[in-house]
Amino acid sequence: MINKRPAAKRPSGASFPPRKSREASPRNTVKKPPNRLRSTLEQRNKSGKTGANFSKINTTDRIKAWRRHHLAVAVDSLARLLATPFGSLMTWAVIAIALSLPVGLYVFLNNAQLVSSNWDGSAQISLYLKEQVNDDAGRNLTQKLQMDADIAETRYLSREQTLAEFKEFSGFGEALNYLEDNPLPPVIIVRPAISGITSQKALVERLQALPEVEEAQLDLAWVKRLYHIMQLGQRTITALGVLLSLAVLLVIGNTIRLAIESRRQEIVVVKLIGATDAFVRRPFLYTGIWYGLGGGLLAWLLINVSLFWLDVPVRSLASAYASDFSLIGLNLLDSILLLISSTLLGWLGAWIAVGRHLGKVEPQ
Amino acid sequence: MIQFHNVFKRYESGHEALQNISFTLNEGEMAFLTGHSGSGKSTLLKLIMRMEVATRGQVNVEGVNLNRLARRHVPFLRRKIGVVFQDHQLLFDRSVYDNVALPLVIDGMEPQDIGRRVRAALDKVGLLSKEKLTPIMLSGGEQQRVGIARAVVNKPPILLADEPTGNLDPQLSAEIMQLFRQFNAVGVTVLIASHDIDLISRMGMRMMELNQGGLSRSGVME
Repeated sequence: MINKRPAAKRPSGASFPPRKSREASPRNTVKKPPNRLRSTLEQRNKSGKTGANFSKINTTDRIKAWRRHHLAVAVDSLARLLATPFGSLMTWAVIAIALSLPVGLYVFLNNAQLVSSNWDGSAQISLYLKEQVNDDAGRNLTQKLQMDADIAETRYLSREQTLAEFKEFSGFGEALNYLEDNPLPPVIIVRPAISGITSQKALVERLQALPEVEEAQLDLAWVKRLYHIMQLGQRTITALGVLLSLAVLLVIGNTIRLAIESRRQEIVVVKLIGATDAFVRRPFLYTGIWYGLGGGLLAWLLINVSLFWLDVPVRSLASAYASDFSLIGLNLLDSILLLISSTLLGWLGAWIAVGRHLGKVEPQ
Repeated sequence: MIQFHNVFKRYESGHEALQNISFTLNEGEMAFLTGHSGSGKSTLLKLIMRMEVATRGQVNVEGVNLNRLARRHVPFLRRKIGVVFQDHQLLFDRSVYDNVALPLVIDGMEPQDIGRRVRAALDKVGLLSKEKLTPIMLSGGEQQRVGIARAVVNKPPILLADEPTGNLDPQLSAEIMQLFRQFNAVGVTVLIASHDIDLISRMGMRMMELNQGGLSRSGVME
C-alpha cells in the first residue's frame, strides 16, 4: 500500500490544523463514507491517492471513532485495575470507608427522624386564656378552633376544671383551698393535626395572636431540642461529607499521579506520534471513574452489611418499648446518588491530578 | 515540505544549539543530516516535530509556520510526520501489533482497517510473523524495524529518523537505509540524522552537515 503512492499526487500546502475534532485526523479518519462513495474512495486509495485528500470527514464516523475509543479505554483501564487486584482493593476500601462515614451518619439521622416523627404527634398546645374571658367565650373559641384544618382536637378546661386538675396533679391540694380566688385561667388544650416542628411553631404563633389568648405554649420542649439536635446532625454530616469527599479526591488524585508516573513512557510515545491531550487524559479519567464507582459500591455494601448487623438488636430494643420500629436503609434514590457522587468524585480527582501532572510529561 | 529560514535555537541554559540555519527540503526529497554528536541534529529534528520552538527565524512544515502553531494543533502536525527514534520508543508492555497500531488508534481508525494497515506495514519491514510478540523478545534491528513500521503505518508525508542505525551492525544498517529509500521512492519526504558517513556517502543522496550549530556543508556526496 505504501509503495503504490506516487509523490506527485499529494496536494501541497495542505494545512494540518484541520478541524475542531479531538481525535479525528485530517487524513485517516474517513474510512466509511456512504456506501457508493466508499468503494470509489477505496479504489482511488488503491490506485494511488493518498489520505491527504480525505479531508471531508464524516461527523458520524468521527463520533463513532470517539465512542469506540471511549469504550476501549474504559474497558482497558478497568482491566488494568483488576490486573492488580490487591492494590486496587486497597484504594477502593479507603474510598469506601471515607464515603460510608457520612452516608452512614445520614442513614442514622434518617432513622432518628423517623423515630421522632412517630413521637411528635403527641405534642400538644396549651392556650392560656385571658382573665376576662368568661366560660361562654371560652367554649365558643374552642368550637371555632375545632373547625381549623391544622387542629385535630380541642378540649376546653374552665377555671374550675383547671383548678381541679391542678389540685389533683400538683400535690398542693389542701393548700389551694385557702385561696380566696381561683388564680388559674381557663385553658384550651389543642392537639395539632400537623406534624413537623416548623409548622407546629407557626400554628402556635397564629394561636398566640388570638385576642382571647394570653399565652400559647407548645408542650414537649424536647421535641424542640430533638429538632435542634437533628439540625446539628445534618450540619455535621455536611461538614463531614465535604471533608471526606476532599479526602477521597486526594486519595484518587494521588493514585492517579502514581499511575501517570508509571505510564510516563507511554504518554511520551503517544504524544510524539500525535495524540491529543484528550486522548492522553482519557485512560486516567476512566481510572478515576472506576476508583470512584468501585469505592461507592463498596461503601454501599459496607452500609448495608452494617445495617443488617444492627437490625436485630434494634428490633429487640424497639419491641422492649412496644414499638415495631425497624431500621430503614438506603433507598434506591439514595443508592444511585451515592454511586453517582462517588463516580463524580473519582472523575474529578483524576481530572485534578491529570491537570497537575500530565503537562509535565513532555517528550524531551 | 520542510523549510528553515535563518533559524536560531538557544536553550534556556544558554547553549546555542542551532545558528542561522536555512534550507529547504522539497516534497518527495530525501536527505541526510550529519555532524558530530552535539552538533544540533536532534534539535533540528525536534524543531520540525515542534518538540522545541525556534528562538529566532522560521520553521515551515507543509506550508505551516510552526512558530505560530497553537499547542492544540501540534498533535495534528505530528500525525503528518512519522518519526523513527534511535532508542525506538516502543511500548514494551504491548505486542508488536499494538505498537504499530498506535498511530491509527490515535487517528480513530476503524479496527478492521487498522488490522489491514498494520499488517501491510509489518509486511513491509519483514516482521509480519512477529506481530504477536512483545518488542522485548526482538533483536535490536527488529525493534528498529517495528519503530519504522509504526512511523509509516499512517502514511505520513514526512518521515524523520534520528540515528536509526545507531546501534546496528553495518549490514543491518544498510538494510534499514534501503527501507527508507523505498519509502522515499513512493513520495515520502525523508530526513535522516546520522553520523554514519560511510553508509551515507555510499547512498549518493543529499547531505547536510551540521557543525557546532551551523550548516557547514550541503550537497550530494559522491
